[in-house]
Amino acid sequence: MESRPVIQLDGLVVRFGNRTILDNLNGSLSGRAIGLLGPNGAGKSTLINTLLGFFKPARGTARVFGHDVQTATRRVRGLTGYMPENDSFIARMSAVSFVTYMAELSGLPRDAALERAHEALFYVGLGESRYRKLEEYSAGMKQLAKLAQAIVHGPKLLFLDEPTNGLDPSARQRMIRLIRDIREKGDLNLILCSHLLRDVEETCEEVVILKQGRIVHYANLEEERLLNRKFIELETDGESEGFAEGLRGLGCECALTGERRLKMVLTGAVEIRDVYRIASERGVNIRRLNYKRDSLEDIFLKAMENGHGQWSAPAHAEVQNGRV
Amino acid sequence: MAVYKRGYEPYTGRLTPEWSRFLIIARHAYRGMFESRFLVSFLVVCFIYPVVAAVLVYLPHNAAAMAVFDVRKLFPVDGAFFLKFLSWQGTLAFLLTGFMGPGLVAVDLANNALPLYFCRPFSRAEYVVGKMAVLGFVLSAITWVPGLILFAFAAYLEGFAWFTGHLRFAFAVFVGSWLWIVALCLLALAISAWVKWRIAAGALLFGLFFVAAGFGQAINHSMNTDLGHMVNLASIIGAIWAWLLHESAPMPVANAWFSLSAAYAACYWLLRRKLRAYQVERA
Repeated sequence: MESRPVIQLDGLVVRFGNRTILDNLNGSLSGRAIGLLGPNGAGKSTLINTLLGFFKPARGTARVFGHDVQTATRRVRGLTGYMPENDSFIARMSAVSFVTYMAELSGLPRDAALERAHEALFYVGLGESRYRKLEEYSAGMKQLAKLAQAIVHGPKLLFLDEPTNGLDPSARQRMIRLIRDIREKGDLNLILCSHLLRDVEETCEEVVILKQGRIVHYANLEEERLLNRKFIELETDGESEGFAEGLRGLGCECALTGERRLKMVLTGAVEIRDVYRIASERGVNIRRLNYKRDSLEDIFLKAMENGHGQWSAPAHAEVQNGRV
Repeated sequence: MAVYKRGYEPYTGRLTPEWSRFLIIARHAYRGMFESRFLVSFLVVCFIYPVVAAVLVYLPHNAAAMAVFDVRKLFPVDGAFFLKFLSWQGTLAFLLTGFMGPGLVAVDLANNALPLYFCRPFSRAEYVVGKMAVLGFVLSAITWVPGLILFAFAAYLEGFAWFTGHLRFAFAVFVGSWLWIVALCLLALAISAWVKWRIAAGALLFGLFFVAAGFGQAINHSMNTDLGHMVNLASIIGAIWAWLLHESAPMPVANAWFSLSAAYAACYWLLRRKLRAYQVERA
C-alpha cells in the first residue's frame, strides 16, 4: 500500500525581506524519522517554522500529510508537536501545570490533559521533579520538559529542533534514547533538525541535507547502512591480482587500490567465509579486513563539497524510501 | 496501569470545542494571580464604592434616614450619579490593569513562549482574546457588573416607571464600561508586547496615562484650545461616558470617538506586529 507523504514541498521559497532563506525546495518525504542536516544558517529551522505556518512562503507550497500549511494551518498544527530550539516555557509554572496547559491548548479536556501530562513527564524522566517550577530546572531538564509538551497531545508528526542543544553527554544519550523510543513505539513520524551528525545518524532513517536554503542531498540511512555492510576493504600478503580474479569469479565487484590492497562489494550469495576460502586456495594471507563505513559525516562532507547549493536530483524528483 | 509505568501512546479521545480554548488562558492565569495578597486586597477595595453607592440608592427609601435629611436631594440617582460611579470604578480599573496587565504578555515574550502557543491549533487572535479575557473578567466584576446591579437595585426601589424611563443608564454603564475595558486591555497588552519587560511595561502604562494627561493640559493652556484632551485617555473616555449618560462632556464627543478609535487601532497594529512565534530581525 502506498503511504501518504509526510512532507511535500513544491517550489517552496521563503524570503525575509530581500534575503532568500529557502530557495525552491521540491520533494516528498515519507520516512518515519527524517533528519534535517545542514550548517548554521542553512534554513533547517526556517523549514520547520514554515511547515508550522510561522513563516509565509513567498512562492510555492508545503504540505504536511497532504494539508497545505498556509490554508489548513490549524489542521496541520493539530497533527504536529513541536519542540523549539531555544528555551521556551511559561513563567511561574510547575512542569506538570505547564504540560497540562499545553495539552489543554491542543484541545484535550482538562482531566485527560492532566493525566497525560503526568504520563508524559514520567515518560521523559521528569516524574520525580514534575511539581518543581520550570525556572528551577537545569538545561537538560528544560529540554525534557519541552519534549514532554511536544508529545503530550499525541501528535502524528513531531518536529524536534536541535533537541540535544546544551546537553551533557549522558543527558544527550538519554534524549537520543527517548527519541528512538518514541520513533519505535509511537504511531508518529518525526523530523529532527540538527547540525550534529551523530544525533541524526542515531535517530533517523532518512536525511535531507540543506545548504544555503537548498536541498543538496538526500540519503536513506537504512539503505546506506545496508550498502556499507557489503562494502569491504582488504589488505593482503601475497599475490593480490590472482586473489582479485578469484573474487571476481564469485561474482563480486573487485578492484585493486594499492599493491596489496583491494576493495570489493559482496553480492547477496557471497559470504565472508567464501573470501577466506578463495584466499586460502590462492595462498594469500588476509592481514586486515574492514567493512568500509561510508558514514553520515562522509555523506555530509561530500554534499557540502559537491552541493554548491544545488541538489543533484531533478527539480521535481520524488524522494521516497531512498529512491529519487 | 499506573501513570509512571505507561509509555508513549497517541491520544485518541475527544477534543474540546475550538471556540472555548481561549478561556484556558484565563483559567491558568487566575491560578497564579490570586496568590497575591495585594491583588486580592485591592480587589476587595474595588467593591467599597459600589457598596457605598448601593447604600446611597437605598437611603431615600428609608424613613428614618429621610427624617434626618433629604438624601434624595443630596444624592439623586441620575446620570451624574452613574457618571461618578463609572469615573471612580474606571480609575480603579485602570490601577488594576496597571498591576495585572503588564505581566500578561511580557512574561511570555521574555520566556520565548509564543512558539509554544502558536504551534498548536491556537491562533494569535485567540491568544489576544484569551489574555484580554484575563483582565476583562476582573474589570467587568468591578465596573459594569456592580453598575448593573446598582441600576437593578435602584429600579427595584423606584419602580417599573423609573426602570423604563432610565434604561439609558444601564446601557451607558454597560457600553461605557466595555469601551474602557477594551481600551485598557489593548493598551496593557500592546505596551507589554512592545516593552517585553514587566516592570517597565507597568511604568510605561502609568506614565502614558499621566504624562499624556499633563501634555494634553499643556497644549490646552499654551494654545488656548481643547484639542489637548484628545491625547488624554481619561478625558476621552470621560467625554464618551458623559455623552452616553446625557451629561456635559469636557470635549466634543466626535473628537473623543476619533481618539479612542485611533488608540484601539494603534494597539491592534502593535499587537499584530509583535505577537509572532518568531520575530524576523532586519539585517
